[in-house]
Amino acid sequence: MKILRSIWAWLDDRLGISDTLLPLARHPVPPGAKWSYVFGSATLFCLILQVVTGVALTLLYQPTSSEAYKSLQFISHQAVFGRSLRAIHYFGASGMVLMVGIHMLRVYITASYKFPREMSWISGVFLLFLTLAMGFTGQLLRWDSNGVWSAVVAAEQVGRVPVIGTYAARLLLGGDTIGGQSLSRFYSYHTLLFPALLFGLVGFHLYLVLRNGVSEPPVPGRLVDPKTYRQQYQAMLKKVGVPFWPYAAWRDILFGSATIIAIIGLALIYGPPELTQPPSPATIYTNPAPDWYLLPVFALFALMPAKIESVVIFVGPVLTVLVLLALPFMASSGERSPLRRPWAVFGSVCVVVFMVALLRLGLQAPWSPKFDAKALPPTLVHSADPLVLKGAGLFANKGCLYCHLVNGHGGHRGPELTEVGRRLTPGELRIRIVNGGGNMPAYGGVISEKELAAVIAFLETRK
Amino acid sequence: MSNEANAAAPDAAPTPPDAAEAHVPDEPRRDFLIKLSLGLGGVAALAVGVPVVSAVLAPLLQKNPQAWRKVGTLTDFPVGSTHLVKFENADPVAWSGVSSESAAWLRRDSETTFTAFSVNCSHLGCPVRWEQGAGLFMCPCHGGIYYKDGSVAAGPPPQGLTQYKIRVNGPHDVELLTAPIPITNITS
Repeated sequence: MKILRSIWAWLDDRLGISDTLLPLARHPVPPGAKWSYVFGSATLFCLILQVVTGVALTLLYQPTSSEAYKSLQFISHQAVFGRSLRAIHYFGASGMVLMVGIHMLRVYITASYKFPREMSWISGVFLLFLTLAMGFTGQLLRWDSNGVWSAVVAAEQVGRVPVIGTYAARLLLGGDTIGGQSLSRFYSYHTLLFPALLFGLVGFHLYLVLRNGVSEPPVPGRLVDPKTYRQQYQAMLKKVGVPFWPYAAWRDILFGSATIIAIIGLALIYGPPELTQPPSPATIYTNPAPDWYLLPVFALFALMPAKIESVVIFVGPVLTVLVLLALPFMASSGERSPLRRPWAVFGSVCVVVFMVALLRLGLQAPWSPKFDAKALPPTLVHSADPLVLKGAGLFANKGCLYCHLVNGHGGHRGPELTEVGRRLTPGELRIRIVNGGGNMPAYGGVISEKELAAVIAFLETRK
Repeated sequence: MSNEANAAAPDAAPTPPDAAEAHVPDEPRRDFLIKLSLGLGGVAALAVGVPVVSAVLAPLLQKNPQAWRKVGTLTDFPVGSTHLVKFENADPVAWSGVSSESAAWLRRDSETTFTAFSVNCSHLGCPVRWEQGAGLFMCPCHGGIYYKDGSVAAGPPPQGLTQYKIRVNGPHDVELLTAPIPITNITS
């Protein structure tokens, strides 16, 4: 016992546990923050989970273009707990993106980015984009056909940067084309470069919490005045502050642990995303799409007006980053309470609704041609006229069905044609088919006069 | 003005050689040592930086060769037909595996002429499919559609499909000249 006590005394003296570390853990925080303040630490919990499971996955993963796919199959089907590890890493990424988003919304709604916490917000913006970059490079490391095409899509987006676009795209791919060098680069970014930046920024983000204190829950009418804020904050801490550990920390730990348990639960129930085909850029019969948290962006690309899209792909992200970085300077003082900032609340709700709507659309991808649409069965064509039957066959063969819904068969890009015979005359149908328009190709050069007559005859019977 | 005065100060009052020992700061010496340490640090950083930055920028610094790849023989491609052809990129490395493959849509327009389209959609690079019945190229990602000549028919693509060069080498070998993945720029 005496020996242990002297070892502790030695360590405590040399490491400064009582002198430096415990005061940090016990630094006073404002009371009443309660549950709305747990999302930042939950993000940190997710990050730690990602680091731990990520390190475990590198024990199994082969980061070369030729072997990565095989090692992923090994991880998914053979390695001890490999499937679970992959699944936890996937749901951990999802959880981290979700928590980072909620944390950011909370900070925005309670205006915690105002004086003196501007740099906390700014480092947070970089952490948000680093988190998304980790998510994107991570799903790419699956290095199946979806991973390969994700790399190409990323290169095309980077390609929209003015002047240096083509070079930047080439730099991202590691060459003119996908190849041996591509995966090595993404692997390096995902496991070394980005984590290093993340650790540095997280350390900075946490240091700022100690330097400027946790923002107190906003009270309507109590304005932030940079001249008096720090004094008032210190006085408040002296009067009613409670030590972070354990009075506030227990909620962080409880919620963080619950988050991790939920992630592991989901991982065990649903497993990791299935691998698609091998990583050959010559495998073209594939349907590339990102993981759910990037689907809103994916959906936006399909829905934006084509004319402005090339510009928006570049200007959109730049503008978003600039606005986010400028926010704490545009509104660094004044009211913090969401009850007195209705526009901020309204804006937040709009952003959430917009993202959820885009996510839903991204999941459905109604703009994508339905390549597996089968020709209408005769029971639905419901006609004995050989011309109508021929038209129904052509309607599928010519790809019309990929985009138009008829009696529940077909795609969703174009208008549903189940009852088109009521709306349009044969002449109007002819004009639309021959000339196309909007998102429909002009079929005039593709379809013969006889075929056209058959298709029109078929459509006229849809009533 | 005041800067000049400051800079001139050490000259105006020369310090004795044993200034350091006498606890009087030897300003010129300190100045020199600061410059030396910063300078050497800079040299070290530069010496490390050149190979590191070169490694990062390697894809832009190295030569990107092109190569003619045989994709079939004349008898493989009846006149008027469109085929998916696969070929190896110009400079695969030993660890590329199947990732150094590329594909193109090859059409034989006549006895002697071919057209080859990149499979990459000009919108965001996804692989377009040739739909024989429709006579159109279609992209699964965001619904881009192209006519058989590669021009945009519908959807978000800002420009038509890029083409590869094709030649008939010898009596019947059909060859394709490899090319970079076409990158669409903001001005397109």
